[in-house]
Amino acid sequence: MDRPKSTEPLVAVRDLAFARDGRPIFRDLNLTVERGSVTAIMGGSGTGKTTLLSLIGGRLVPDRGTVEVAGEVVGSLSRKALFGLRRRMGMLFQSSALLTDLDVFENVAFPMREHTSLPEFLIHHLVLMKLELVGLRGARELFPAELSGGMSRRVALARAIALDPMMVMYDEPFAGLDPISMGVIVKLIRELNDALGMTSIVVTHDVVEACGIADYIYLVGDGRVIAQGTPADMQETDAPEVRQFMAGLPDGPVAFHYPAPGYLDDLLTGERP
Amino acid sequence: MNWDLGISGLGRRVISGVGRLGRATLFLVRLAPALGMAAGRVRLIIQQIYMTGVLTLVIVLVSGAFVGMILALQGYNTLVRYDAQSSLGLLVALSLTRELGPVLTALLFAGRAGSALTAEIGLMKATEQLDGMEMMAVDPLPRVVAPRFWAGWIAVPLLAMIFSAVGIIGAYVVAVGDLGLDGGVFWSQMQSGVSVSNDIIGGLLKSIVFGFVVSWIAVFEGYDAKPTSEGVSRATTRTVVSSSLAILALDFIMTAFMLRGL
Ligand SMILES: Nc1ncnc2c1ncn2[C@@H]1O[C@H](COP(=O)(O)OP(=O)(O)OP(=O)(O)O)[C@@H](O)[C@H]1O
Ligand SMILES: [Mg+2]
Repeated sequence: MDRPKSTEPLVAVRDLAFARDGRPIFRDLNLTVERGSVTAIMGGSGTGKTTLLSLIGGRLVPDRGTVEVAGEVVGSLSRKALFGLRRRMGMLFQSSALLTDLDVFENVAFPMREHTSLPEFLIHHLVLMKLELVGLRGARELFPAELSGGMSRRVALARAIALDPMMVMYDEPFAGLDPISMGVIVKLIRELNDALGMTSIVVTHDVVEACGIADYIYLVGDGRVIAQGTPADMQETDAPEVRQFMAGLPDGPVAFHYPAPGYLDDLLTGERP
Repeated sequence: MNWDLGISGLGRRVISGVGRLGRATLFLVRLAPALGMAAGRVRLIIQQIYMTGVLTLVIVLVSGAFVGMILALQGYNTLVRYDAQSSLGLLVALSLTRELGPVLTALLFAGRAGSALTAEIGLMKATEQLDGMEMMAVDPLPRVVAPRFWAGWIAVPLLAMIFSAVGIIGAYVVAVGDLGLDGGVFWSQMQSGVSVSNDIIGGLLKSIVFGFVVSWIAVFEGYDAKPTSEGVSRATTRTVVSSSLAILALDFIMTAFMLRGL
């Protein structure tokens, strides 16, 4: 692997195992995110990408193994220390998770109001700056219910970077965006990362965008990392599961289906309990 | 009818009811420090009082006026048999401040604002807003739940006072305008007969307790709701049912103590 060598990684996931309701999601997952890089995490639907972000953010605790962020083991932190760490992380939720009783402006201002005592005019400036970045300065007075899916996504993005965190986790930032906004957001993530020295983790299905934006790609499946490398590595490799994913083929080593009994058996015998 | 089944079903209900009460109590213990933290954020609390107040004020005004007018008609009908209609003002004032103001206001509040509170918190949970806050290092208990709790607790006694005041005015209008009683007598009987320490404070105490209980149930049900639309709608119903029962049961207990002079 010819990844650029730097200091110790910002995020290190080691031998991670995690089960949900007794169903294993991860067994033996290992990955690292270098400081200052954009790392893409790809994988089929339901392979646990969102779960992985929750583990990194400390919302879930691993069954086995460790998740380290900035040198601290996330699962063992006190609530206070965890909140301290989270102040330095931004997260874009897959569902946007905007606060419905606040308008767009106040949503972006929310982390600033909660964590800083900046004077009102500065908050005003900062919020407008963030909204300008995502092209929604004019929508500041709308409420989340009045936004389209793609607009909510962009507001959520503006909120995630409100405090200029050291690391931002983007869960499906491109979902529901038109090609123009998509291009802008791709560029924005890259520029924020480089200009502000952030570290970015981008969860996405989108092969083309991931290759365009990421320094390093992890392909997750079957509870572990099935392939990793730079975008060039990933496109050139002839590992069948990577080829299948990159080319979007239903048949191959990676299962498209959620685990289920045989289709024919299910049709013939399967009755609803 | 199978008796065994009936009894075991009853037992299950009692057990699950006690279990819920335990969970609600644990929640209250967790909420207590957050209540302290939120007490400093007056702006948030006032904002919430405004929201719940707006929801409930109109219905309290209208119900208060009607209840007062009805009390005047019914009270007159009874008092006139003993030629005691001059005490109508006193009767109305005592009924409202001691009993009907606190109880009816709390019931109205539970149905209108309590259920809305539950739905709001439940929906925030279902749409990951609370998770989102946690990820932004903001604890939802002091930020979201506690100000709403304070607001409900403060609003109920205020609304109960408004209810009683409007009720008395409604009774006055009926007594003087329709029944032909003397306005001066109406007020002076009330003034000499209603004791501040006993009747007014007693009523206020009741509505403070009701405000606490309704707010507690409403935020607990919302926070505890299954994060689905069905879970939220069930929680909303439970808020109204449990609050109403709790208000009436507590009213009985408090009234019994108060009438015996504590
Ligand atoms: N709250 C939950 N309780 C129980 N199981 C869950 C929960 N959330 C997710 N799961 C399960 O965990 C697995 C991984 O879910 P996750 O949301 O992490 O997938 P994902 O990779 O983000 O998928 P997508 O690309 O569709 O967003 C899924 O199989 C899902 O059924
Ligand atoms: Mg996901």
